[in-house]
Amino acid sequence: MRHTISVHVENKFGVLSRVSGLFSGRGYNIESLSVAETIDPQVSIMTIVTSGDDWIIEQISKQLNKLIDVIKVTDLTELDHVEREMVLIKVSPRQENKAEVLRTAEIFRGRVVDSSINTYTIEITGDEKKIEAFIEIMKPMGIKEFVRTGKVAIARESSRKK
Amino acid sequence: MKLSGAEIILESLKKLGVKHIFGYPGGVILNIFDLLHDDKDLKLILTRHEQGAVHAADGYARATGKPGVVLVTSGPGATNTVTGIANASMDSIPVVVLTGQVPTLLIGNDAFQEADIIGITRPCTKYNILAKDVKELASQLKELFHIATTGRPGPVLIDLPKDVTSHKTEFIWPDKVDVRSYNPTYEGNQWMIAKAAHEIARAKKPVIIAGGGCIISEASHELRELAEYTNIPVTMTLMGLGGFPGTHDLSLGMLGMHGTYYANMSVQESDLLIAIGMRFDDRVTGKIDNFAPHARIIHIDIDPTSIRKNVRVDIPIVGDVKNVLTALNKVLKKDIKEPWDEIRKAWAKQIAVWKKERPLSYHFVKDVIKPQFVVEKIYELTKGDAIITTEVGQNQMWTAQFYKFDKPRRLLTSGGLGTMGFGLPAAIGAQLAFPDKLVIDIAGDGSIQMNIQELATAVIYKLPVKVAILKNRYLGMVRQWQELFYQERYSHTNLDVTPDFVELAHAYGAVGLRATKPNEVEPVLKEAFKVKRPVFMDFVVDWKEKVYPMVPAGASIDNMLFEEQEKKAPRKLKAVK
Repeated sequence: MRHTISVHVENKFGVLSRVSGLFSGRGYNIESLSVAETIDPQVSIMTIVTSGDDWIIEQISKQLNKLIDVIKVTDLTELDHVEREMVLIKVSPRQENKAEVLRTAEIFRGRVVDSSINTYTIEITGDEKKIEAFIEIMKPMGIKEFVRTGKVAIARESSRKK
Repeated sequence: MKLSGAEIILESLKKLGVKHIFGYPGGVILNIFDLLHDDKDLKLILTRHEQGAVHAADGYARATGKPGVVLVTSGPGATNTVTGIANASMDSIPVVVLTGQVPTLLIGNDAFQEADIIGITRPCTKYNILAKDVKELASQLKELFHIATTGRPGPVLIDLPKDVTSHKTEFIWPDKVDVRSYNPTYEGNQWMIAKAAHEIARAKKPVIIAGGGCIISEASHELRELAEYTNIPVTMTLMGLGGFPGTHDLSLGMLGMHGTYYANMSVQESDLLIAIGMRFDDRVTGKIDNFAPHARIIHIDIDPTSIRKNVRVDIPIVGDVKNVLTALNKVLKKDIKEPWDEIRKAWAKQIAVWKKERPLSYHFVKDVIKPQFVVEKIYELTKGDAIITTEVGQNQMWTAQFYKFDKPRRLLTSGGLGTMGFGLPAAIGAQLAFPDKLVIDIAGDGSIQMNIQELATAVIYKLPVKVAILKNRYLGMVRQWQELFYQERYSHTNLDVTPDFVELAHAYGAVGLRATKPNEVEPVLKEAFKVKRPVFMDFVVDWKEKVYPMVPAGASIDNMLFEEQEKKAPRKLKAVK
């Protein structure tokens, strides 16, 4: 099963490498990883999407906790949480599809962040399903390229209190 | 007064109780070596290879329980420590490695003797740090020693760019260490401990498996108390030997691939396993799906990742072995009054049958030395009280089988990584810590050649280590596998050209002795133990001798091969590929 794990780490040199090295060294899979500083500049949060059975997820969580620079590990999959991802997608539709592309982007609450004579670059934010749905719809329109951020996630306040 | 980085490092080491450093100099670490030239309190032991330095520090740590310290230069000096670090990491040994690094401004430029040792050792250290600021050195060193020696111990490394060791600042020794993200669990969960006590009371066929954690946590006394009070037999992993007395009636010896028949049978038939400070390594469990099929498992370990990593566990207890056993013994003695001997009568009887059925054995012959005979003689003559190191392979397994370790920290052996070349430098480290003790490396002619240069270290520092080389002119354990599983195709395991170890010892200024017949073994050992100098003993042993029992890789541990059986009707075996 797929799990979204949120890892609070010391914002130090080499921490990303320790975490990614743990995954590669033990043969765990990383589907996506995003990392940035928090309100406390000494702490960063990594959001890692990984998959495995319960044994593997338990080991991943324990192994992460064992790293000296890891402060806290939360498996968000067990909690009610909000998750978001962003994609920047560059499409080059034929003339007759241009309006369709813009309309679809609007339906998905996307924004055009760059345009040229032949292309639009559209920004879409949402959960994974929404991002994938948008990419699917854009495929026949002619995707030049896209880039995704990987997931970020946060527990709902109501679930934290439980 | 302001001190240089190098001075701060030495002052910090002194404050941390360090007396000895194992090392090797080089360009960028000279600031520190220069100070050692006339330092009265810190003694540097110059090994002949950086790998030797780490193994020596490791042996020192295993023998004393205190951290071993290593000081080497950058680049090749640093990369040569990697095997030693990985070795210490697998066996949870506190070793602190200080490496030189090129000046901060040159890092990343592929400078002369530059290596990214932080990147290289990240997966095999418990923690490592690149020092960037002389002001942080003291607290970083204190932090590293703390991390190395607490929780599940392990090696740590600090990389010291040359400019950091020459910059000056005030030396301020921190009062305490504060690593907010590092808080090992020392006390076991009381509820789980109570549950464990009830399981123990109920069990009809229980077995204790004691691992290296019992030794690290100094819990031999508590372990013995548990075993004796509840009348439960104890088997040990290689790392656990000596944690419980090998000569005790309840001892089953070692389990696993080359474990005793009765240990493996007891584990397989047991209804309760109490695993203490061990991690269910594949050499212990054999085929995992068929390991102890009827047993419920209580697993006590300080490292949560060890629990439920390889086997399912019914009662996990995370905590320091000594604390958990103390609490467990208390609960057992207070709450549970079982007539232990009565309940376990049938089990004790069964184990006695197994012990009688197939004891550890070999066939003594008059004209050829059997390697097991040498180990037995060493045991007899030392009365089990020497510090024994081993190399890796047959020599190691025969030692584990035929030398009975009654006390902890008497067997120093490379368990997890299986590093050939460990024994001699480890013996040097142990001898330095205990100058008056008899320290013996039981070696093979293959392994000893992997760090043989350290004989010079032993000679120069007058460390009278004894090396018993069981010479069979083969890489014996690999040859054994080839004989059993690869149709006797001895691909590249023949060491026909082996040096004359007696002459070699002389060349280094050590004593060299040789025995070619069984009746020469005892006189050679006696002579070696008498002289106060390092000795190489060349025992020319039967090259065909194999380690039995043996569980083929991938088989379940009750599926053992025995010598007499293989002689009568050799089984056709295929290697698990």
